[in-house]
Amino acid sequence: MAEVGTVGYEQVPPAEVEDMELYHPKSFATKYIWSQDAKIIAVQYAGTAVAIGMVGLVLSWLMRLQLGFPDVFSFITAKDYYQFVTMHGMIMVIYLLTALFLGGFGNYLIPLMVGARDMVFPYVNMLSYWIFLLAVIVLISSWFVPGGPTGAGWTLYPPQAILSGTPGSSNGIVLMLISLALFIVGFTMGGLNYVVTVLQARTRGMTMMRLPLTVWGIFVATILALLAFPALFVGAVMMTLDKMLGPSFFMPSIVELGQQLSYKGGSPLLFQHLFWFFGHPEVYIVALPAFGIVSDLISTHARRNIFGYRLMVWAIVVIGGLSFIVWAHHMYVSGMNPYFGFFFATTTLIIAVPTAIKVYNWVLTLWKGNIQLTIPMLFAIAFIITFVNGGITGLFLGNVIVDVPLSDTMFVVAHFHMVMGVAPILVVLGAVYHWFPLMTGRHLHQGLGKFHFWVTFLGAYLIYFPMHYLGFLGVPRRYYELNDTSFVPASAHDLNAFITVAALVVGFAQIVFICNIFWSAYRGKKAERNPWKAASLEWQTPTMPPGHGNWAKELPVVYRWAYDYSVPGAKQDFIPQNVAPDQVEMDAGQKESATT
Amino acid sequence: MSNRWIVTFVLFVVAIGSVIFHLVTPWWSTEIASNWSQIDFTINLTFWITGFVYIAVILFMAWCIYKYRHRPDRRAEYEPENKKLEIILTVVTTIGVAGLLAPGLITWNKYVAVPKDALQLEVVGKQWQWSYRFPGKDGKLGKTAVRFINGDNPFGIDPKDPNGKDDILVEDVNVTLPVGKSYKMLLRSIDVLHDFYVPQFRAKMDLVPGQVSYFWFTTKRTGEFDILCAELCGVGHHTMRGKVSVVSPADFEKFLGEQTTFAKQQEEARLRRQRDAKKRQAAKRAAESIKQAARETPGTKSLD
Repeated sequence: MAEVGTVGYEQVPPAEVEDMELYHPKSFATKYIWSQDAKIIAVQYAGTAVAIGMVGLVLSWLMRLQLGFPDVFSFITAKDYYQFVTMHGMIMVIYLLTALFLGGFGNYLIPLMVGARDMVFPYVNMLSYWIFLLAVIVLISSWFVPGGPTGAGWTLYPPQAILSGTPGSSNGIVLMLISLALFIVGFTMGGLNYVVTVLQARTRGMTMMRLPLTVWGIFVATILALLAFPALFVGAVMMTLDKMLGPSFFMPSIVELGQQLSYKGGSPLLFQHLFWFFGHPEVYIVALPAFGIVSDLISTHARRNIFGYRLMVWAIVVIGGLSFIVWAHHMYVSGMNPYFGFFFATTTLIIAVPTAIKVYNWVLTLWKGNIQLTIPMLFAIAFIITFVNGGITGLFLGNVIVDVPLSDTMFVVAHFHMVMGVAPILVVLGAVYHWFPLMTGRHLHQGLGKFHFWVTFLGAYLIYFPMHYLGFLGVPRRYYELNDTSFVPASAHDLNAFITVAALVVGFAQIVFICNIFWSAYRGKKAERNPWKAASLEWQTPTMPPGHGNWAKELPVVYRWAYDYSVPGAKQDFIPQNVAPDQVEMDAGQKESATT
Repeated sequence: MSNRWIVTFVLFVVAIGSVIFHLVTPWWSTEIASNWSQIDFTINLTFWITGFVYIAVILFMAWCIYKYRHRPDRRAEYEPENKKLEIILTVVTTIGVAGLLAPGLITWNKYVAVPKDALQLEVVGKQWQWSYRFPGKDGKLGKTAVRFINGDNPFGIDPKDPNGKDDILVEDVNVTLPVGKSYKMLLRSIDVLHDFYVPQFRAKMDLVPGQVSYFWFTTKRTGEFDILCAELCGVGHHTMRGKVSVVSPADFEKFLGEQTTFAKQQEEARLRRQRDAKKRQAAKRAAESIKQAARETPGTKSLD
């Protein structure tokens, strides 16, 4: 039963990991700017992602102002509104969440958690960040070109994305596509690094089945991204060509505003297939690292081993695999062959099974635990609630016939915000409270943290839970204004106003959080070593925060999985991964028996 | 109040509050006006099954937080795996998911199979208006192609196709349908993606340029319903609106009688062209006669 955790002491450790040659920075610039240290690159990635994410947040405010009070803010035109919608979506999905989970948490945690000195290719890792930054700059630049950024919706569906009826169809769309292509190039560099580091740079004793679930989540998500992003890359290149040269990959014969265009024979649905072949795995590219991280938060703060570790690993792998054969559930009413619906509805609902298993195992980790209601734990609990909420609404939309009335309504908006917006961001926030002491040696301010947690969780719930009901009613998404629509009662407009106010408040709480980060980085309460008494390797570095090269002269040797919490007989309620069996302090009268 | 009390209490409020909200909400599906009540049934079934799981998970967590609060003198139970429990949960979940999927797929099977006696209505979308075409007496729609589209032939009907002559054209965003009839909606766009969406019908489908997509439904009650475009189609997306009136068959015949046909439209266009040509000729003649007069008038130079 307990073999996961404790077999393998007698295993011969794998071949010794060679000490890698690190680049040792010689100046401020090579240490903090052109840095090759994954920990610095992580902060660069995260800082850039959060900065552009704040732009996305402000855009969401502007959108909500228009939806909540359509007659008040006359400076928001329909053109602006659709540009806000588009840029908000793209920024949050790609430039914030993907970059933050993989570039931010991936870079910081993978080398530390697997017991490596750094990523395997530090120079490529550095390039990855700078190309990401370039992609962000190109994205922002689309605000400063004639016509402004694209307003085609984050899905960028042709033909409208490159026709004149859509805002930003002259320059904005081209910059968007170039920015995406750059992002993918940069990401591929980082992604290869994460995969190779997990496979090749694990320290002695760190078998794959001893990796913390955080690493598993990021590892599988990165593989998904490496396989899925090329589809988007191809789509972006083909649409750029359609726009610039007119080969008509995605463009059939079209009459636009009375004019026959020269396009001929292309397929708009082809783009949708390419987009969602990327777009669905993208959901899991964001979700799997969140799954992994939240598993570790729950286990650490409930002082209990993660329940069903092996099943958790397999669930991550199976979800990752299945995520490649569900994409057309975004296209049930797209005009594709409707018989696809049978296949994609079946695969989509199958994916609910491993996902449900993960939820059960998180909850069962709390069960019989010794739960400390720290701020990371609070965020983890809030994650479970919002994720289950967003997950079950996925069972509506995935079940093809139920999707028919609900697709393209506010139900969809509520669903994907709950499941891939709110839930993963709650994990990010919990993770920042959890690992901030490791990164800075200081705690975030507790009072501000609690304020931040309650406002964010309850506020987000009040925004998105009632929004589903607007979707049941039939309120369409991406509507600049509803005007008089006979089936929409006046009370629905009141609800829209309420949601807008809640969104403003929740956004404000995030600003408080960012201030907390800056304040606490310099003035926060000093943290003792391994303040959460965590068993995983990143907390066992010789110094906190970990220095250049992460470890002392010797790399750590791993003897156990990352979840030896509350092991019967052990004196402390956690045993770090690098503590040898004969080094474990036992209660009086207890012998090794407890750990075998 | 200690921390755990607050958290347990809030989780409890979230669970119960969500249920109460659901019971009292004024925002719910519109009264259905088509045959697709099975869709509503599947939604409700999904709602109750998943809703039960949702509330159960929250309440179980709330209980765990209350019961297994941290105490320095306590230890959590060390139990890496519990195969039996994991298998039971997996099997129960699989059964639940299958129970949702089965009615969904059965209904979808009906949705994709159009009944043989369904009448046809073509919906044409362009930025940012709807128009409609009914087949004429022959029950067949004429062929269309984008290359035929021009000011005189906005639907792009093939002028050589005899089936198209009696097609009834509705160049208006509003349309009328008879009650109690099944319609196969043939969806065609001449520019970008659109989506023909009437909430009360429950059914919808995208219009995709370059192909004809479809869905079907039976009108079940009379009334006037909003048509919305549900697929982002550019800056005027939210203005792409219309109304569908479901009326008695007699009123419907009256409506049809008031519409033009493709043949009539072509004839009108021909007459208009003739008139225009005549006007142009008359204008030309008038201009020439002025010039002539000018030339014949001594003391003036040619205007040419």
